[in-house]
Amino acid sequence: MNLHEYQAKQLFAEYGMPVSKGEVVWSVEEAVQAAGKIGGGKWVVKAQVHAGGRGKAGGVKIVSTKEEVGEVAKSLLGRNLVTYQTDANGQPVHRLLVEAPTSIARELYLGAVVDRATRRVIVMASTEGGVEIEKVAHDTPEKILKAIVDPLVGVMPYQARELGFQLGLNEVQVKQFTELLVGMGKAFVEKDLALVEINPLVVTTEGNLLCLDGKVTVDSNALYRQKAVREMYDPSQEDEREIRAREWELNYVALDGNIGCMVNGAGLAMATMDIVKLHGGLPANFLDVGGGATKERVTEAFKIILSDTAVKGILVNIFGGIVRCDLIADGIIAAVAEVGVSVPVVVRLEGNNADLGAQKLAASGLNIIPATGLTDAATKIVAAVEGK
Amino acid sequence: MSVLIHKDTKVICQGFTGKQGSFHSEQAIAYGTKMVGGVTPGKGGQTHLGLPVFNTVRESVEAVQPDASVIYVPAPFCKDSIIEAAEAGIKLIVCITEGVPTLDMLQVKLIVDSLGARLIGPNCPGIITPGECKIGIMPGHIHLPGKVGIVSRSGTLTYETVKQTTELGFGQSTCIGIGGDPIPGTSHIDALKMFQDDPLTEAIVMVGEIGGTAEEEAAEFIKSYVKKPVVGYIAGVTAPPGKRMGHAGAIISGGKGTAAEKFAALEAAGVATCKSPADIGKTLKELTGW
Repeated sequence: MNLHEYQAKQLFAEYGMPVSKGEVVWSVEEAVQAAGKIGGGKWVVKAQVHAGGRGKAGGVKIVSTKEEVGEVAKSLLGRNLVTYQTDANGQPVHRLLVEAPTSIARELYLGAVVDRATRRVIVMASTEGGVEIEKVAHDTPEKILKAIVDPLVGVMPYQARELGFQLGLNEVQVKQFTELLVGMGKAFVEKDLALVEINPLVVTTEGNLLCLDGKVTVDSNALYRQKAVREMYDPSQEDEREIRAREWELNYVALDGNIGCMVNGAGLAMATMDIVKLHGGLPANFLDVGGGATKERVTEAFKIILSDTAVKGILVNIFGGIVRCDLIADGIIAAVAEVGVSVPVVVRLEGNNADLGAQKLAASGLNIIPATGLTDAATKIVAAVEGK
Repeated sequence: MSVLIHKDTKVICQGFTGKQGSFHSEQAIAYGTKMVGGVTPGKGGQTHLGLPVFNTVRESVEAVQPDASVIYVPAPFCKDSIIEAAEAGIKLIVCITEGVPTLDMLQVKLIVDSLGARLIGPNCPGIITPGECKIGIMPGHIHLPGKVGIVSRSGTLTYETVKQTTELGFGQSTCIGIGGDPIPGTSHIDALKMFQDDPLTEAIVMVGEIGGTAEEEAAEFIKSYVKKPVVGYIAGVTAPPGKRMGHAGAIISGGKGTAAEKFAALEAAGVATCKSPADIGKTLKELTGW
């Protein structure tokens, strides 16, 4: 689960990490009020969306009057912000962060992530802040400094000192950096984070460190024990169908094609998308119905797939495993009838009683085409969608 | 010899009397797995599926000397259960449960390694030596005792591979589902090493997916260590970056972990790859000349 910048900064502040004075607002009036409350003669107004690249996309503005705060708020609230990290529709802006401005001397990068290879949390820091860090890592990997965190003791102050001096910070700043990094390490573990990015971490002209931006991803598997973080969830930043799918414990991800896919198991679901593409089709979605492909969940899965109007055909690929395929066939037949599916449906069932399942599908009188094997299924759905 | 488990492997189940534990223990017993009991705190002394129930893993170790434990407890309790099994001296722990927090696994992995235990999973179908011992949720009937070692991050994709190698008559020595989480107890490399060292395994199929760099690391390992023929398939060529494809570990992030990179790494290591999951068996046949 991703957090907004202002939520990340609330979390940072909780762990003693320095952030700007700011207020989150939902309306133009609140934005103007917040500017008054923050004081001074300049403000930064930042659109709160779950995507990077906001600055270049016009989602971050610096203004010098309260009227301008209102105007910028009006222009941003309610619209969709398209950045290089979003799709063509962009992400809706419902909240803004109004902050006091910062005069910047240097821009650094600081991040932490669970590294699979070392099976540790690793901290990454760089003097090349404020730019795309992926590009820095790719072009000049030597500019990414790393520290590996021992799960037993967490971030140690010496690690912060090592990184701090390498970043060219002075003695006072290294002390600030140490507090900041130890706080970040603590937040990472206590809040079950999967990723933290502070880009940029700035040195102000006064010589102090400040987290100017914040990106935080929380481990979804750990939300059950993170009540405060759970309440930061913003459904407006996610695809409606993906949210609905989750309520039914279905795993759905919308894609750009026209062949809807319903599969059990995440790996097989990806493989099914791949084989559709290999045979000249384009998958409209990833959908894992999970282990229990019951009638209710299959029905809901059909509804979610069909709510995408681009879908011209559906491929169902179920490896029954321990469950009997004739029972799954019953579920599919009932679901197709109930939902009133009008596009062609190709079904491949494998496992226990697969033949009986296929016979039932063929005899159903519905627009269901039984397939044997993966290749046959992919060929048939691509042909059906092309109207052959 | 097979890998890790065989007909004499004695198995207990943690979460034995629960719905999942009961159903899959029953299936395992029917398959011929030597189940010797189970653990459910508070139900010690009872009998379930004709087997003794214990309050703690330690009690079960004293009473029935299990070699392996399979865990079906809910995700919030897996860290506790895995460490309980490892501390009680069990050397093979298979955790089927999905949804274990990643930071739990960082600690768990450290502890099981220090105790010399092997963990398979979490979020995996388990491990099976066909015809001898089945620990997990895979359908036993699709397997055939044989000579192919299979390692995979995905459950149903393992079944696809099993089905193809069964239909071609090759059969499987052992199949290890390592699971779809970012921090698995057993890696592709661990499995590859065991298959290379196992005299009954004549060829290996490795099924990977997008996310992380485990397949790239496995490719490096294959280059230096594996002499047996290896077939590789990677799921997720069509997956877009930044979107998690079901498994906690299956996400392309920061430009890393794409299927294309993984295929390239495997090919550079001399692995025979196939672009269609339907061609795994066929590719294996061509590679081995069987």
